Formats: sequence, C-alpha cells, structure tokens
Amino acid sequence: MSNATRLGTEPGKVTRWVILGVVGAFFLVPIIALIEFSFRDGLGGGYTTGHWTGLFDPANARVYRDLFQSIGNSFILAAVTVAIVLLVLLPTMILVHIQFPRLKRVLEFICIVPITVPAIVLVVGLAPVYAVVVRVLGGSIWTLAFAYGITVLPYAYRAIQSNLDAVAVVTLSEAGRSLGAGWMTVLWRILLPNLRRGVLAAAFISVAVVLGEFTIASLLNRRNLQTALLQVGQSDPWVAAIFSLLALAFAFCLLLLIGRLGRDRRNRSSL
Amino acid sequence: MTVANAPVLLSDAGTPSRRRSVGLAKYLGLTPFAVYVLIFLAIPTILAVSTGFFTEDGSFTFDNIVGTFDPTVLATFVSSFWVSAVTAIIGAVVGALVCYAMLGTRAEGTLRSVVDSAASVLAQFGGVMLAFAFIATIGTQGLITVWLKSSFGIDIFAGGPWIYQVPGLLPVYVYFQVPLMIITFMPALEGLKSQWAEANATLGGTRFTYWTRIAIPVLAPSFIGSLLLLFANAFSSYATAAALISQGSQIVPLQIRSALVSETVLGRENMAGALALGMIVVMVVVMWAYSVLQSRTSRWQK
Repeated sequence: MSNATRLGTEPGKVTRWVILGVVGAFFLVPIIALIEFSFRDGLGGGYTTGHWTGLFDPANARVYRDLFQSIGNSFILAAVTVAIVLLVLLPTMILVHIQFPRLKRVLEFICIVPITVPAIVLVVGLAPVYAVVVRVLGGSIWTLAFAYGITVLPYAYRAIQSNLDAVAVVTLSEAGRSLGAGWMTVLWRILLPNLRRGVLAAAFISVAVVLGEFTIASLLNRRNLQTALLQVGQSDPWVAAIFSLLALAFAFCLLLLIGRLGRDRRNRSSL
Repeated sequence: MTVANAPVLLSDAGTPSRRRSVGLAKYLGLTPFAVYVLIFLAIPTILAVSTGFFTEDGSFTFDNIVGTFDPTVLATFVSSFWVSAVTAIIGAVVGALVCYAMLGTRAEGTLRSVVDSAASVLAQFGGVMLAFAFIATIGTQGLITVWLKSSFGIDIFAGGPWIYQVPGLLPVYVYFQVPLMIITFMPALEGLKSQWAEANATLGGTRFTYWTRIAIPVLAPSFIGSLLLLFANAFSSYATAAALISQGSQIVPLQIRSALVSETVLGRENMAGALALGMIVVMVVVMWAYSVLQSRTSRWQK
C-alpha cells in the first residue's frame, strides 16, 4: 500500500480499476455499436465489409460526390480558420503580452465570450451579418471560417496563452531588440520558435473544432462534413457511421498529438 | 471576468503623454483583431439579442419577448432546464469519480493522455456523430436494443420510441457531460496538496476526516462551478439534439431552429431573437456564477 493510499488521498488499485472499468465500458459500448453497425448487411442481419470497400469504388463516386465535396469544404474551412488564428489572434496576443499588459484581462474576456454566447445564439445574429458578407465577398464556402474563427477563440486562446505565460516573452524580445534585431526578426526568429508548441496546439484544436462544427453551417445553409453526415445518414446510415468513426478517430489523434506536445514541454523544462 | 470592469481597464490603458506618440503605431496593431471581433462577435451578439425587440418591418415591440412567456415556449425552457440539470448532475458525479480514480496515476502516462484526448473529443467535437453512435446502440435497431430483446425479451421501446424525443437526449448528453467534467475538474482534484493529508494524519485524523473536513470543503466551489459549466454546456448544445430529434422543437435550441428556418410564418426571425435573448440571460447568469466560483477555487491552487 503506497503512502498516498494509506493517507486516503488516492484510491486503492481495486477501487481505481472498478471505477475506470465501469465508466470505460459505458463509453466504449456506443463506439463498438457504431463499428458493428458499419459492418451490418442491411436490416436483415449478417455482416459485410461492403460499406467500407464501397466507399472507394469508382462506381459509387457519383453517389458520394456531395459527401466528399462537403469533407473538402470542411478542410478548406479548417485551413482558413487556422490562418485567422495565426494571422489575427496570435499577433494580437503577442502584442498585448509585450506592449499592453493592462489589456490582458480585456483580451481574455473577449476570447472567452464565445463560451457564454453559444453558437445557437450567435447564429441568429450571424444570419444578417452573412447577408452582407455574401454581397461583399461572394457566397463561397471559405467565408464561413470568419464565424469559425470566433468559435475557436476560447480554445486557441487557452493554448497560446499557456505557452506565452511559460516563456519569458518580454525578456526575450528585449534581449533581441538590444542586440539590434528588428521587430520582424524578433517575431520570426525568437518568439515563434519559443511559442511553437502553443501555436501548434492552437492550430490542431481549431481543426478539431471546425471538423466537428454543425450548428452554424446547418442554420446558415452551408455544407460541411457534419451537415453532409446528417443528410447522408437518412439515405445511407452505414456510410454516415463510417465517416463518424473516421472523424472521431481523426480528432482523437489530433488531441493525442496536442497532449504529446504539452508533455515534451514539461519534460524539457524539468531537465 | 465581469462586463462592468472591462471599460475601466480600457480607459486605464491610456499611457502618459510622452509615450503617446510612440504608442500610436502600436495601437494600430490591435485594429485587425478589434475589427474582426467587432464584426463577427460583437455585432452578431447585439443583433441576436436585439432583434427580439423589433417587428419584421423594424418597429419596436415587446410582442416577441411576451411571446416567450407563451405556455408552449415556456415548456421548452422547462424541458431544456431539466435535461441540462439532470445530465449536469449525473455528469458531474460520474466525472468526479473518474477524476478520483485517476489520482495517483502518472500525469504523463498513457492512461491519462488517452483519457484526456478521448474526453476532449467527446466533450467538444462529438455533436452529430454522438447522436449516430447512440442510434446504433439504443436506436430501434441498435446493438443493445436488439440484444436485450433477443436475449431477455425486454423491449426498451415498449412505451414508444423515446430515443427520438427529449428523454433520448439524456444518455447522449451524459456521454459528453462526463468527459467535460473530467477536463474541468481534474486540475482542481490534482491541486489537493499531500501536505494537507499528512497534516490530517499527524493530527490523528482518519481518511474520513481528510475527505469530510479538508478535501470536500476545498473542492466544493470547484465542483459546483464545474456543475454549472456542465449545465451551460447542455443548455446551449444544439447539434446532438438536431440530429436526434428531427420532428418538433421540444428544447430551446430546437425552438430557435424552427423559428429560423420557418418559411411558412413570417417574422419568426424576430422570435428567434427573443429566444436567443432568453438563452443568453440564462447563460450569463450561469457563467457569471461559474467564474465567481472558479476564482474562489484558484485561491487554493497557488
């Protein structure tokens, strides 16, 4: 019995694995059911790999064209959203951190507002805004990324801010400046390499959020992965199940990667 | 994070006059973000909560606001409340248990990193996909449904296909509430210091006194704060409900959907505004309480 267990602060081995086992089972069952469903041969019973192999059959290319196009849309949206995070949010956060420490609280407040103003509320006001956006920029799918940039603010902010707080940004940039570096050099060669982990984490989590987004796309009548899934689900639920599994697995891998990034940082700082 | 102190901080930022000329260029650097947030966050939010006060042709009215007190609309608020409350309580208790079970495992270990990543995915990005998973599990042809019927002769839909109605939201919502609890509550539980347990033991305390006199009082604000966050999360979630319930609008987000997409009744967009206002009032109150509790928690984490 370890010291912590004896003091009562930590659970014993049996307690731990009973809790994790029971809750884990509850969480695994729906995923297993989804996998099982994707192999079902119609409603009559029996199994087939046809739904998986059929996806890559050129004969079905037309059937799934809409779905694949929507997946393409989601990736375009993810890329533009990441660009917004990197080009608009990141420079602002660095600037505020170095030059306007008093505005830090304001920036933090702005970045967590989207938690209080959920997508379903925001979309009510986004509808008239997008009426104007479409008139100015046209109706292509990428404009939706402006809304997604707001949706990802809390996540991206948290990822970058934790990195900013862990690095002596002010000292580093002053050191660079006093050695004669210009602001661009400081940003590119000193700050960004030091903030790489936070920036990468912010980018990955933004991609995960955008790939899972349904509310805004659906109510503004745009097509992305999630709205296409719902539509496909009505005619071909097996394909919807397959793509749900793939999307969940993809997001899981992205988040594992983010965790790995954070862990590297901890290991390095402890050396 | 209160709305009231934001403008104060802004006006504080005025620097002494000799620095002002140098500073002007720096302020320009803030404009892209400021403009972006203004157009895509501030204006939509203001529009969302204000359209409820206008009619279709732009004149001021209280009709839409009064309309939200209509018994049928009020009933959807009640449904939203109880779905959120029930799933928040179940999610918070189960999530806290999982956090407790993970105490003492290595923070860098495989178990924790897998649980963390899975929890983030399920808590934040599931939406439509979780609805599918539950249809595959306890839908009319679902794995568990079929198994229960063939092995035990139990028909879980004897009383009607409840999975496509409000009760069907409960298991799916719990499925993303528990992971959110794990993410938000774990840091608080890890903040418990081993010295407190040692002090308790030295002074002759037992495990029981450690939890009842030290750990639970310290964790209480954080637990209740997380509970509120879970409530807000369920209250504002739309994707899962939209994927599961295609007919009718039994909870507030679905009511907003029908107001927004309705083509038969004109002027419903303004009704959507009134509903959005109602939701935001609830969200602001809940999130304000959350932040108050959160700042109480951080006192112990220093």
